[in-house]
Amino acid sequence: MAKIKMALARPPHEGRRFANTAISIEQALPASRVSLRAGSNELAELTKPLGFKLPTRPGTSKIKSSLSALWLGPDEWLLINSNPKTVSALMEKLDTIKCSNVDISHRNTAIIISGKAVEDVLNAGCPRDLSLDAFPPGSCSRTLFGKIEIILWRLTDDRFHIEVWRSYSEYLWAYLLDAAKDTG
Amino acid sequence: MLLIHCPYCEEERPEVEFAGAGEAHIDRPKDMNAMSDAEFEKFFFIRDNLKGVNYERWRHIHGCGRFFNAVRDTVSDKFLTTYKSGEKKPDPAKLKTGKGAK
Repeated sequence: MAKIKMALARPPHEGRRFANTAISIEQALPASRVSLRAGSNELAELTKPLGFKLPTRPGTSKIKSSLSALWLGPDEWLLINSNPKTVSALMEKLDTIKCSNVDISHRNTAIIISGKAVEDVLNAGCPRDLSLDAFPPGSCSRTLFGKIEIILWRLTDDRFHIEVWRSYSEYLWAYLLDAAKDTG
Repeated sequence: MLLIHCPYCEEERPEVEFAGAGEAHIDRPKDMNAMSDAEFEKFFFIRDNLKGVNYERWRHIHGCGRFFNAVRDTVSDKFLTTYKSGEKKPDPAKLKTGKGAK
């Protein structure tokens, strides 16, 4: 069989960066992503290929070395794998389990935003309460930013990972930049 | 902004994350072929559209994606309670006295 040629997903904001004293916005490093959907009966089986238990508490995430799992819904998780060497092996293992594992690496990209004004800049477009009490580090959630849907994931107190559809990322970048100009 | 409690996310979320999806607790008929046109019309098109307390379906479309049910007063736009799909209709008498109100 002929070898299938794959288009490479280049990060859309490669080389771009914004930084002032209060905020820094940059493209996240390339990673592969899987939309995972599984019922409660399969959760135990999934522990082995993933290497950890999937988070089941709403709005929480789990990171183990290069693999992260974000709770999006009662039967839905986003897996982000930053190690390109383990991508196909993980997919093959997931294929043997009764679950839906769809590779969405080329659909999504991510922007990292950090700095002391990070909550203010995000709240320019996102109506969520992002205080540390309501949205502590490790929290993740699908939500809205302006007109687009994003997945917001708090990595540390002042650092967020924003997962976004690739074609929406230009809008997100421009919006964040606009909001960031009011800081610093 | 109006906050709506999502029973799956177990927290209050901004209204813009949600989409309304019509009246709740409408049972799908077991045998549609056996229905008369009038019966089908009643099931498919006719809704109560009450002024006041309504049982509604809502979807947390920009969140967990789940459908759930809500009791909402259409006069005050106040959500009296929300609950997971498949759960029993809450007793309206208890809601009016404030029990179970969010």
